[in-house]
Amino acid sequence: MKVAVASGKGGTGKTFVSTNLFHTFRSMGISVSLADCDAEVPNSLAFINAMEHKKSDVTQYLPIIDATKCKFCGKCAEYCTYNAIFIAPEMQKIRLLEDLCHGCGACEVACPNYVIKESYKNIGKVTTYKIDGKKCFVEGRMLPGTSSPVPIIKQAIKSAEKIKADYLIMDAPPGTSCPFIQTVAQADFVILVTEPTPFGLSDLRQAVDSLRTLNLLFGVVINRAGVGDQAVYHYLQTENIPLLAEIPFDKEIARLYSKGTIVSEKMPEVKSVFENIVNQLKYYGNSGNKR
Amino acid sequence: MKIAITSTGNTMDSMIDARFGRCAWFLIYDTETKLHNFLKNPAAEAEEGAGPAAVKFVAAQGVQKIVSGEFGVKIRPLLEELGVEMIANKESEKRVSEIIEMFNN
Repeated sequence: MKVAVASGKGGTGKTFVSTNLFHTFRSMGISVSLADCDAEVPNSLAFINAMEHKKSDVTQYLPIIDATKCKFCGKCAEYCTYNAIFIAPEMQKIRLLEDLCHGCGACEVACPNYVIKESYKNIGKVTTYKIDGKKCFVEGRMLPGTSSPVPIIKQAIKSAEKIKADYLIMDAPPGTSCPFIQTVAQADFVILVTEPTPFGLSDLRQAVDSLRTLNLLFGVVINRAGVGDQAVYHYLQTENIPLLAEIPFDKEIARLYSKGTIVSEKMPEVKSVFENIVNQLKYYGNSGNKR
Repeated sequence: MKIAITSTGNTMDSMIDARFGRCAWFLIYDTETKLHNFLKNPAAEAEEGAGPAAVKFVAAQGVQKIVSGEFGVKIRPLLEELGVEMIANKESEKRVSEIIEMFNN
């Protein structure tokens, strides 16, 4: 079963939930792997004591346009959805705008004069880690200056799937744009982490809308319960969204977390919250209980 | 000489559009013939790369100067390469007709 831990809002506690869930599964003797898909700022590793096993580069297609042979017909620019090819036929200028290029290769196919050639550039790394000699953690990390982490996320999930654990937890990037979609679309179940504040609710709504469009099964974890107001609770009730767990707003949790500690290992009340989430995931993972 | 002014509407009373890539209209004005026409910016609703697409469009009109509120980092080198002068008008409260007047005087 693949479980994505996501949120509309950043800083709600995705990594906190992912890493504690990962440890809870392990402490319960259930086979589990974790993929840090927040390739722009991966930090799950700060909470995991693991040994590097294998590192591989992620590359992206990059078209090379030979401007000296170009006939300036404009077909390549016409095919490009992202406006990544700048062409001014009147002035015999053509240029690839690398930041905008998604590496789809449509321009090369479009060019009737074969002046566009393929090349590849490094955009990030996917690293697999071992704990006690067994592969169980994968991190996707984007190189600075890269415009989209999507290919790295894809590669990280692929590598994590090869581990073949019973459960795969995917720590998703924040927001509801392409990197989020890329991660949740692979999941059998999505845990949305939110906080009970107007900001948390606003972004939760967007995430819920996206997941419903994708027809995905999901539930919500409210982190920092006790701050803010009741609006998130009312929203979950009226929308009939399962509340999987609440994690209290607690100084001790924050203190332990800031030191890179797995809080559920130190605080029994937090451990039981996560064990409860594991049990609910087991329920959703049983195909008979799917929508 | 042809100039382009980013405009919020398609009349001379319209305010200058502070955005370049996603401006609503381009007012193309010829300082010699005094003729003008308004062209809808086809890149205004582009998902990505509105700036470069707008440069492509407006450069094809043969303009030598562009007046807008601001020019982003992606398009500045393109316009420089094309030899199109960028004039950033910081006062967004100006009507496009006032800009044209400034060119005529």
